[in-house]
Amino acid sequence: MFELWFAIAALMLALYVVLDGFDLGAGILSPFVARSDTERRQVLAAIGPFWDGNEVWLLAAGGALFVAFPRVLASGISGFYFAIILLLWCLLGRGIAIEFRSHVSDPLWRSAWDFVFAAASTLLAVFFGAAFGNLMRGVPLDGEGWFALALFTDFSARDPVGILDWYTILTGVFALLALAAHGALFLAWKTEGPVHDRSLRMARRLWIAVAVLWPVVTAASQAVNPALFPGMGRRWLAILAALVAIGGIVVVLVRLWRGGLLGAFVGSCAFLLGIIGASAASYFPVMLRATGGDALSITAYTGGGDEAGLRVALRWFVIGAPLALIYLAVIFRIHRGKAVAAADGEGY
Amino acid sequence: MSDKIAGGDVTVDDALVFHRLQFAFTIVYHYLFPQLTMGLALLIVILKALGLRPGAERWNDAARFWIRIFGINFAVGVVTGIPMEFQFGTNWAQFSRYAGNVVGQTLAMEGLFAFFLESSFLSLLVWGERRLPKFGHFLAAIALFLGSWLSGYFIIATNAFMQHPVGHAVAADGTLRLADFGAFVLNPWAIAQYAHNMVAAVVTGSFVMAAVGAYYTLRRRHEPSARIFLRLGVGVGLAASVLVAVTGDVQAKMVARYQPVALAAMEGRFESGAHAGLAVIGQPNVAAHRLDNPIVIPWALSFLAFGAFHAEVKGLDAFPRDIWPDNIELLYYSFHIMAGLGTILTAIALAAVLLWWAGRLERTRPMLWILMLAFPLPYIANTVGWMTAELGRQPWLVYGLFRTAQGASPTVHSGTVLFTLMGFCGLYLALGILFLFLIGREIAHGPGPLGHAAAPPVTEGAHV
Repeated sequence: MFELWFAIAALMLALYVVLDGFDLGAGILSPFVARSDTERRQVLAAIGPFWDGNEVWLLAAGGALFVAFPRVLASGISGFYFAIILLLWCLLGRGIAIEFRSHVSDPLWRSAWDFVFAAASTLLAVFFGAAFGNLMRGVPLDGEGWFALALFTDFSARDPVGILDWYTILTGVFALLALAAHGALFLAWKTEGPVHDRSLRMARRLWIAVAVLWPVVTAASQAVNPALFPGMGRRWLAILAALVAIGGIVVVLVRLWRGGLLGAFVGSCAFLLGIIGASAASYFPVMLRATGGDALSITAYTGGGDEAGLRVALRWFVIGAPLALIYLAVIFRIHRGKAVAAADGEGY
Repeated sequence: MSDKIAGGDVTVDDALVFHRLQFAFTIVYHYLFPQLTMGLALLIVILKALGLRPGAERWNDAARFWIRIFGINFAVGVVTGIPMEFQFGTNWAQFSRYAGNVVGQTLAMEGLFAFFLESSFLSLLVWGERRLPKFGHFLAAIALFLGSWLSGYFIIATNAFMQHPVGHAVAADGTLRLADFGAFVLNPWAIAQYAHNMVAAVVTGSFVMAAVGAYYTLRRRHEPSARIFLRLGVGVGLAASVLVAVTGDVQAKMVARYQPVALAAMEGRFESGAHAGLAVIGQPNVAAHRLDNPIVIPWALSFLAFGAFHAEVKGLDAFPRDIWPDNIELLYYSFHIMAGLGTILTAIALAAVLLWWAGRLERTRPMLWILMLAFPLPYIANTVGWMTAELGRQPWLVYGLFRTAQGASPTVHSGTVLFTLMGFCGLYLALGILFLFLIGREIAHGPGPLGHAAAPPVTEGAHV
C-alpha cells in the first residue's frame, strides 16, 4: 500500500511538472517569442484553457501526500516554510497575470502583467528545480522528524545546508532550461506565424542546452547523494524510467530538426516523466533524505499514515483520477488546432 | 513528538499568535470570493437554463454579464485558495501530522473531484460561448456549479471533523486514523453546516445581483437586464434568507448539543439555569462574568436550543476555564452580528418581493437605494458566521481532542511567520484594489450582446 501511494504521489507530481511545465515554459519564453500584444495574446490563448487545470495537479499531489504520508507533508512543507510561501506568491502572481491581463486594453496594464507572468513563471521553474535538488541532497532532519532550512548558508551542499547551494542552484537552472524547452515545443506545436517560428528556434537552442547540462546534473547528483545510482541499478522501474527519458530526448532532438512537433512535444513529456520517474524510483523508499545519516530519513514506511485509511483513499482515487484525465482530454479536444489570439475582450 | 501531542504541554509562544493571525486573515479574505462564486454559480445556471428557450436572448445577455463577474471572482478565489491548502503544511504541521490521515481524505478529494472539474471548464464558461453550442455552454455552467458546490462540501466536511470529530480512532503513535469513512464523510455536523453555508452563499450572490439591478434601475441604464437582476436577486434572496434561518436553527441546536460551552459564549451566558433568555444586545464583561446592558427575550434561548421553554441551558460557569473559547467577546459579537444581519436581510428581501408582487419594485426608489447599498451585509454576515464557528471551536483544533496550541509547526519561528503575514497583507491589499477596479469596470460597462466586449480595441501590433 505504501509503495503504491508513493508511486501515485510521484506520478501526480510528475504529471504536474509535465502539464504545468508547458504553462511555465510559455511564461518564461513569452518575452522572447511574443513581441506585439497580439502575439502575447496568442501565447496566452495557447495555455489559457489549460493552466488552471494543470495547476490543480500540484494541489492533488499535495492532497495525496497529505492523506498517505502526513509526516512527510508536515515535515517537508513546514521545513521549507519560507520557500513554500514564496512559491505560493509566485503562483498567485502567475495566475492573476493570466486572468487579469485581458480585461483592460491599456498598454501599461498589459505590459505590467506580461512582466509578472514572465517573472513568476521563471521563479517557479527555478523553485521547483531547487526543491528537487533539496530532496536529492537531503535536509537536516532531527530525531523527531522535523527540520528548518535557511534560504542559503555557505552554498556548499554540506551541513549546515541551506535551500540554495551550488547543487540546488544547478538543479534550479536545469529545471528552468528544461521547462523553457518544454514550453517552447508546446508553443511551436500550438501556434502559427512568428510566434511559432521563434518558439521553434528557441526550442532548438534550449534542447541542445538541456542535452549538454543533463549529464552534468546527473554527475552532480551522484556527488551529493552517492546512494542514488547504486540504488537505481537494482530497480527495473528506475532503469525503465531512465530509458524513457533517454528515448524522449532522442525523439525531441530528431523531431526538432526533421519535423513533427507533436511528436517532439510527446518526446519532451516522456523526458520529464522519465527523469522524475527514475529519480523517484531510485530514491524509494526514502521520501525526505536526512543529511545527518540514513537512520534519520523519513521513508514511505515511517512517514505513512494508517494503511486502512490508504485503502479507503485508493477507492475514491481510482474514480477521481480517471475523471481528471477525461476532463483534460475533453479540453484538449475542444481546443485542438492552432491557438489564435481572440478578439479583444473575448479571450485571454 | 507523540508525547507532546498526547500531553498538550506545548508552550504558547508568539509564533502561535502569528500562525493564527495569518490563517485568520488569509481565510477571511479568501472566503469573500467563493461565497459569491458559489451563490452566483446557481444563479448563472438558472439564467442559462431560461436562456435555452428560443428567443430568450436577454437571459443569455444577463448570464454573460454575471459570468464575467464570476470569472474575475473565481480567479481571485483560486489564487487565494491555494495558500489555504498549503498552510496546513507550512503553519500547522503538527496538526497535519496528527490528523492528516483523516482530514487529508476530504482535502485530497476536493482536489480530485471538485478542482479539476471547475478548473477544466472555467475558461469554456468564461470565454467559450462562441466556440460551444448553446447547450454546451449551459453544460459548462452546470460543471462550474457542481464543481464549486462539491468543493464547498469537502471543505465543510473537513471543518466539521474539526468541530465534531467522528469516524476516527487513535493510532498506536497517538495520531488519528480513519476508522469509518462513511461516518466521517456524512458527519451530521457537516450536513447541517453545509446546508447553512450554501444557502448563505446564495444570499450573497442574490443580494449582489439585486444590488447591480437596483443600480442600473436607478441610473435608468440596461433596464431589460436590470429587471432580470432585480427580480431574480430578490426572489432567490428571499428564499435563501429564509432557508438560512431554518438551517441556522438546525446548526445552533447541534452546537447546543455538542459544544455547549461555545453556545454559552455565543450567547454571553455566564450562569446556568432553566428558562434561559435570549440576549438580543449587550456587551459581555468577561472579567465580571456578566453581560452588561442586556436586552433579553425571556425563555427564548431554552426554546431555540432545546425546543422547550423550561429547558436548562448551561452557562460558562458550568465548564472549566481551560475549555472556554479564548475570545468570548469576539465570538459573542460575531454570532450576534450574524443573527442580526440575517434578520435584516430577510426583511429587505421580503419587502422587495412584496413590492415586486404589487408591481412597484422598479418604481420604489427608497427600496432600490436599500437594495443597492445592502450588498456588503451578506458578506459581513457570512464572515462573522464563519468566525462564530471557528472561534466557538477554540481552544481546540480538533474539538475535545487536540488543542490549537498543539497544532502549529514546531520549526517555524515568529519572525518568519510575521514576515509572511505582512507579505500576505500587502499582496492581498494590492489584489483587492485591482479586483475592485476590474469589477467597477464591468459594472460600468454593463451587460450586452455577444461580441460587445468590455475593452475598446487595442492598436494592432502595438509594442508593449
